Amino acid sequence: MNNVTIDGIKTSVPEGSTILKAAESIGVKIPTLCNHPDQAVKGNCRVCVCEVEGSRLLSAACVMPVWEGMVVKTRTPKVIEARKTILELILSNHPQDCLNCIRNQNCELQTLAEEYFIRDNPFSQKTRGLAKDYSTPAIFRDPDKCINCGRCIEACSVIQNVHALGKVGRGNKVIVAPMLNGSLADSPCVMCGQCIHACPVGAIGEVEEIDKLLAAIADPDKIVVTQIAPAVRVAIGEEVGMETGTMPMDVFVSGLRQLGFDHVLHTNFTADLTILEEGNELLKRLKEGGTLPMTTSCSPGWINFIETYYPDLLDNVSTCKSPQQMFGALAKTYWADKMNIDPAKIYSVSIMPCTAKKFEASRPEMVDSGFRDVDLVLTTREIGRLFRMSGIDFDKLAGADFDSWMGAYTGAAVIFGASGGVMEAALRTVYEVVTGQTLENVNFEVTRGIEGIKEAEVDLNGTVVKVAIANGLANATKLMDEVRAGTSPYHFIEIMACPGGCIGGGGQPITKTNAKRVERINQIYVEDEACEIRKSHENPEVKTLYEEFLHEPLGHQSHHLLHTHYTAKNKKVL
Amino acid sequence: MAEEMRIVLRNYGKIDPLNIDEYIAAGGYKALEKAKGMNQIDLIEEVKKSNLRGRGGAGFNCGQKWFFAYQTNADQKYVVCNADEGEPGTYKDRLIMQGDPQSVLEGMAVCGYAIGANKGFIYCRGEYPYVVDILNQAIDQAKAKGVLGDFDIEVRMGAGAYVCGEETALIESIEGHRGEPRFKPPFPGVEGLWGKPTIINNVETFANIPVIVDKGGDWYAAIGAPSYPGTKVLTLTGDVNNKTFFEVPTSTTIREVVYGLGGGVAGGKKFKAVQIGGTSGGFIPESLLDTAISFDAMSAIGATLGSGAVFVMDESRDMVDVVAEITRFFEHESCGKCAPCREGTARMNELVGKIKDGKGSAADIALLKKLGGVMSIACLCGLGQAAPAPVLTTLGHFAADYEDKLV
Repeated sequence: MNNVTIDGIKTSVPEGSTILKAAESIGVKIPTLCNHPDQAVKGNCRVCVCEVEGSRLLSAACVMPVWEGMVVKTRTPKVIEARKTILELILSNHPQDCLNCIRNQNCELQTLAEEYFIRDNPFSQKTRGLAKDYSTPAIFRDPDKCINCGRCIEACSVIQNVHALGKVGRGNKVIVAPMLNGSLADSPCVMCGQCIHACPVGAIGEVEEIDKLLAAIADPDKIVVTQIAPAVRVAIGEEVGMETGTMPMDVFVSGLRQLGFDHVLHTNFTADLTILEEGNELLKRLKEGGTLPMTTSCSPGWINFIETYYPDLLDNVSTCKSPQQMFGALAKTYWADKMNIDPAKIYSVSIMPCTAKKFEASRPEMVDSGFRDVDLVLTTREIGRLFRMSGIDFDKLAGADFDSWMGAYTGAAVIFGASGGVMEAALRTVYEVVTGQTLENVNFEVTRGIEGIKEAEVDLNGTVVKVAIANGLANATKLMDEVRAGTSPYHFIEIMACPGGCIGGGGQPITKTNAKRVERINQIYVEDEACEIRKSHENPEVKTLYEEFLHEPLGHQSHHLLHTHYTAKNKKVL
Repeated sequence: MAEEMRIVLRNYGKIDPLNIDEYIAAGGYKALEKAKGMNQIDLIEEVKKSNLRGRGGAGFNCGQKWFFAYQTNADQKYVVCNADEGEPGTYKDRLIMQGDPQSVLEGMAVCGYAIGANKGFIYCRGEYPYVVDILNQAIDQAKAKGVLGDFDIEVRMGAGAYVCGEETALIESIEGHRGEPRFKPPFPGVEGLWGKPTIINNVETFANIPVIVDKGGDWYAAIGAPSYPGTKVLTLTGDVNNKTFFEVPTSTTIREVVYGLGGGVAGGKKFKAVQIGGTSGGFIPESLLDTAISFDAMSAIGATLGSGAVFVMDESRDMVDVVAEITRFFEHESCGKCAPCREGTARMNELVGKIKDGKGSAADIALLKKLGGVMSIACLCGLGQAAPAPVLTTLGHFAADYEDKLV
């Protein structure tokens, strides 16, 4: 332990602690900008500088370790002048259009400018005039706003192992740009959107499509149908000032009707359906000697990743479409028929925790209903904006039920939203299908949590099935390298592109810390526990779907509407 | 009258640099042999005793630095020679490498033995391709002779970035990354190249080592200024009669260098200023010329010894013109990693340019002072911390040059 004095307060902290951590422990707040609690320290914005007795130079609190007897001052005139000057420098090279910015009121630079009451910036306003990049359907870049903190690069390269972003140029001209200074679309970007969460400002964001929804709602010839992904409910409340997980599902549904959606259905329905199709696919592969291990296919960021980095392993991917795309194909066939609605009039909107889903819906192969299966994908954040605009008071809003035929779901579908959930849901069903016995305890705790790689073994009537779960693409890489090397011991691998699974997806409320992801994960299991039915094969509406339309898992209709295959992207990678 | 004293340039012009036999005949590699006969701690103590301080500009005690690397346990350690001589007006490292490359290799090998490293790198400035050839030939000859023992040396070439002379940016560059400095601590002696304990010394520092080992730390410590003993190689440029190089004891004064060895201001003009230590050095007026060319004496007057470049300016020079070139240089050479340097160097150049163009005001001068003050204490690395020095020292000593141009 080291004894240190910070602003006159004496404390003792573990050796190697930074000034920042030491100050935090005694309630002294030091401002930061490039610092990210779950990333490597950067030390490059210099906003956290402090005076250390005996040193001519100011010390960056985020990187400077304490030493025995260190005396730190965090609020001297010298420190305040340095911080204000640094903020003025950054702001003088940052567009002053906070009012129009996607991160207005949710921007670390804006907050600091307010805290340090930057009024008349003595430096002349000079922005770089760089073009925005709207080359992908999911993520845009506004490099003029970039403050070069490097957090997106770390998210992309270290957490996701995608390496789409890097620094280009030098000095005042340095910018964070896609590989080879090209467009995002030409880079290996998988559109997971983790860079958006990492960005302290509005330099990267989701491609907003709210206006398309408003136009469809305004169009009397369109019947606007929506599906809600499993991970959305636990997080949507954060967008309207509620605690994580506290937005009741029926109030959420009611809110969506208030916005003007004609029918509110649930992606959870097709999550349950996915378990039946994918579970049976796994059993078929096990029985018939198909390609193993089989990996899941629900995460479109993961699909983009394997198409880019492991195209030789595409046969390992389940042929099941994602729940979003299964829903899209069924909404304009089975459901339209059930509801006696002309499918040409259906405008199918999905509400997703994900940015890559915007791309997935635009894939040319996703038209098996005879139309574009999913017309529009909105993120949790975009729905949050609509809710705020609408002024709905969720405390006073009465709840409402989902519409029929594709609105029922089980706890097994709910947990799709967390890493390990697809695996647990599959095991709940596969166990009962194979053994013919009732699974008394449906909780497979070993599959749960934010840990990067989890593994488990399940005994199915004497056959031991080995499974693994990865979240975050750097973790996926570890498992796929084993598959490529022929040393993978697993039969079934669940992969979610985003850390923590979909609850940490690129379209969720801006998520700075993993602690927030864990909070959402915990709420997912609370929701699962509260479900009366917790096994996908017991979903009554799914049963009806098979009885009346699909007839059997992996059958002819399923093959046509619910399965697909993916192809190599042949992109330049590092 | 000041006189030259050649320690690091002891063989310069006397031996064929591409013939190792001549270096050996002149006593070369005896120091390495002697060093290997000592135990590591005694060797490091001897270097400490010499009080040799780094000749790259930071002036850190060389033996102390070696001791840090020595006492850090690691399966691999490295010795790196900083030959990224990018400081405008400086060419001392080139002289040493061209004239006596083996002395550098020997100094590195002594260091390797002292800290327990078997691998060395010379990071040579990209603009010195012919020096790279000389170094490679010298290394081949030393390997063929077997004089380096199991110590291997490889030459790596820079790509033109000034910041890569900063030791941690240099490490990043050798590792194949962008040349951006790391924050310290950890210092390279503990965690350097590929995370391993690494000693980085300047060419001139290494060239001193064989002589120190040979003649002893006490002998060296008695030369020049006691707190920064030994000699310094200076390169004279600008409005001075003798535009050449000298190696002088560190007790020599600036006046002796400019007027004695340098032969005074060229063309019979009056002296105005001298900038010492390279582009980021402070500007020194006539009244401070009796300062010694030693690290601490220079610091005491708000200047730096730096690389030992001596840039003389006569009365016809306008300080704002000169400084505008310097601020342009730093805007160009900032790596862009830390905010105060990335934005600050550009703003400094903008403000100086504005004043130079006759559009500046007293408020701009005040802003320059505030900006310079913040940069010099808040930037991540030495580049940003030192970049304002020419601006701040000229604002101090030559304020009239600025004030004459204000609107």
